[in-house]
Amino acid sequence: MQIVPTPKIYDVCIVGSGAGGGMAAKVLTEAGADCIMLEAGPRFDSEKDGKMFAWPYDSPRRGAASPQRGFGDFDAGYGGWTLDGEPYTTAPGSQFYWYRARMLGGRTNHWGRISLRFGPHDFKRRSIDGLGDDWPIGYDDLKPFFDKVDTLIGIFGSKEGMENEPDGIFMPPPKPRCYELMVKKACDKLGITCIPSRLSILTKPLGDRPACHYCGQCGRSCSTHSNFSSPSVLIPPSLKTGKLKIVTGAMAREVTIDKSGLATGVSYVNTKDRREYQVRAKIVVLAASACESARILLNSKSTLFPNGLANSSGVVGKYLTDSTGLSVSGHFPQMMNSVPHNEDGVGGMHLYMPWWLDNKKLDFPRGYHIEFGGGRNMPGYGIMGGIHRLNGGGYGKALKNDYRKYYGASISFAGRGEMVPNKETYCEIDPVVVDKWGIPVLRFHFKFSDYEYSQAKHMQETFRSIIHDLGGTPTSPMPTREQGYGLEPGGWIIHEIGTTRMGDDPKTSVLNKNCRAHDVKNLFVADGGPFVSNADKNCTWTILALAMRTAEYIAEQRKNGSV
Amino acid sequence: MSTIDRRRVLKLLGSAPALGFTWTVAEARQAHQHAQAAKKAAVKTGKAFQPKFLTDHEYKTVRVLVDMIIPKDERSGSATDAGVAEFIDFMMMDLPPEQRSPAGGFVSSDEQRTVRQTAMRGGLTWLDVQCNRRFNRTFLGCTEAQRKEVIDDIAWPAKARPEMTHGVAFFNSLRDLTATGFWTSKIGIEDLDYQGNVFVAEWEGCPEEALKKLGVKYEAD
Repeated sequence: MQIVPTPKIYDVCIVGSGAGGGMAAKVLTEAGADCIMLEAGPRFDSEKDGKMFAWPYDSPRRGAASPQRGFGDFDAGYGGWTLDGEPYTTAPGSQFYWYRARMLGGRTNHWGRISLRFGPHDFKRRSIDGLGDDWPIGYDDLKPFFDKVDTLIGIFGSKEGMENEPDGIFMPPPKPRCYELMVKKACDKLGITCIPSRLSILTKPLGDRPACHYCGQCGRSCSTHSNFSSPSVLIPPSLKTGKLKIVTGAMAREVTIDKSGLATGVSYVNTKDRREYQVRAKIVVLAASACESARILLNSKSTLFPNGLANSSGVVGKYLTDSTGLSVSGHFPQMMNSVPHNEDGVGGMHLYMPWWLDNKKLDFPRGYHIEFGGGRNMPGYGIMGGIHRLNGGGYGKALKNDYRKYYGASISFAGRGEMVPNKETYCEIDPVVVDKWGIPVLRFHFKFSDYEYSQAKHMQETFRSIIHDLGGTPTSPMPTREQGYGLEPGGWIIHEIGTTRMGDDPKTSVLNKNCRAHDVKNLFVADGGPFVSNADKNCTWTILALAMRTAEYIAEQRKNGSV
Repeated sequence: MSTIDRRRVLKLLGSAPALGFTWTVAEARQAHQHAQAAKKAAVKTGKAFQPKFLTDHEYKTVRVLVDMIIPKDERSGSATDAGVAEFIDFMMMDLPPEQRSPAGGFVSSDEQRTVRQTAMRGGLTWLDVQCNRRFNRTFLGCTEAQRKEVIDDIAWPAKARPEMTHGVAFFNSLRDLTATGFWTSKIGIEDLDYQGNVFVAEWEGCPEEALKKLGVKYEAD
């Protein structure tokens, strides 16, 4: 097959357009670099394509999920757990689910906007408990970038002065919803810290982006750009420089190299004409998502790099982790016959519970935070399903009245915790299976250890104690050890990271402390791949700060002429 | 995705749910032609809605059942008033995404749809067989009292006799599907007095009455 080269040699080729790719594009174009960005999916513009303010009855399936929209008709995510013609496999005995977005901005269009900084302990876990590894950098290295990310993108929160939950540069948090105050009351009694959440949603105007209008629909993407997504906040200033070319429908196959082992660009399949193209660039930044970037590296095999590019250590694909996660719902009699009022608020919780305990006193090494939500949400597909488990069932006028009584009377609690990397959890290239573009696919190995199961048990017990303290009833029985304490399978929390980890030793890491490949000096990774450990925090804010740091480093090196 | 000024924001918000936020042409056509538009057209032309999955007999049975589940009352209309029967027929043809299997891996979209269709067709037939045994007629042919007698046997899972489990499972599913169809309709949303999905200039938290009901209050600002 003839490969079509681009005539131009770009300064930087960025693969991926989400948090990492968008941030790399912004920093690098503003520093004067000519950038080309490859995105496998189509363009997405929340003003035109978003479903904000749509009613459930505007959808014939009332917002239910479909093969094209895995999280429902209104959710902004184009993609899902499976993609037509783009399989992945799991090794025997492993369960892993891989959510992939295929759209400009990737998962940032629909994500939860929970924007937590990794704290000082999160970078030095091995030093604290002897498990896993320390990062080659610490919180102080990233703090200035967190500050800049806060200021650039906008985030609300409250100053708390907690050591491992560093405060940011916050806009004022929105007032809690009434059921959130009720939960806080129980938490205060149980000694569980409950504070304003930290979400990248504007409660004050920022630049030309207006403040939030509290429709609670961030997951649909925001037509007024009042929350963070890459196409709302990072892509527009990049385009404004005139230095960014975006190629959509470009499925990256491999990083190309020259005889000296330097990256020369990226080859990709154009998903519309199915032809192979090659982008030439002086620097390559992979930001395709942790696993997709690992896949590209592992598929970039050559005589110089027989195990895949930047993989002399054999570490590409290893040290994969996802956040641990599970949820428990409760029904609360005092919330029945609720007072009608607009409870939408921002698109997420107004309060949350950061990790509040000392692991030295527990039988598992790492913590978790708690997210919760409920109340009078906009009715959607599945509303009040399973009511017979609460009211006994029935039909007719009495049932209709029960629905009215029960509407808004439940709260769901979800834990998001830290998993310790282990040797049995990694991804590799499946030796047999290719996708419809002819690209070999990933095969996942995944295993939780007792650390995660003990943590999951603790989550279950905590959520149930909050529910009971409030006089509520959990809507599911306590799962057993055999049921994994309800721990969701790997990948399900969509916080997969670690597959191209950083480190000072080229034998045990893929990237150096600047996220540059040890083996290839003009190759960088700017997604969640570089993470050495996962923390009990959602990873996006740290991906943004790290990508900004990496991109500023690249800009500096270009100035020095060293790449 | 270009920069956005205040005037444009107001225009965007003011236009909802008109052009700016609605569906692509194809989606809009699908949505409106189905539940709502089909219903209106039926009234205008006197021609009945043509279900795509359900047979004429099944469709009539479903209409009776959903109105037994959610009837008209002093506050709002019935399930059929809200287009629930049309919605159920649509969902029988619609493809869900591949779903996580408890055993690992996925259950395909087609398999899920087949399961859904079989459960609906089989459940409706189960009901007719019950009615036939008891009253020698179909569910539709039964009197209101006879229908109630059969439904009473499957509507309360904890009280149902062991030989009724299949009917109970069917009725639980139908109750849930009816609830989605009704409470996500315009009629249902107004009935619940859901007050959101609107532009809120300033978030002021919960009203006093709602706070009082839960026994909470805001700390003094």
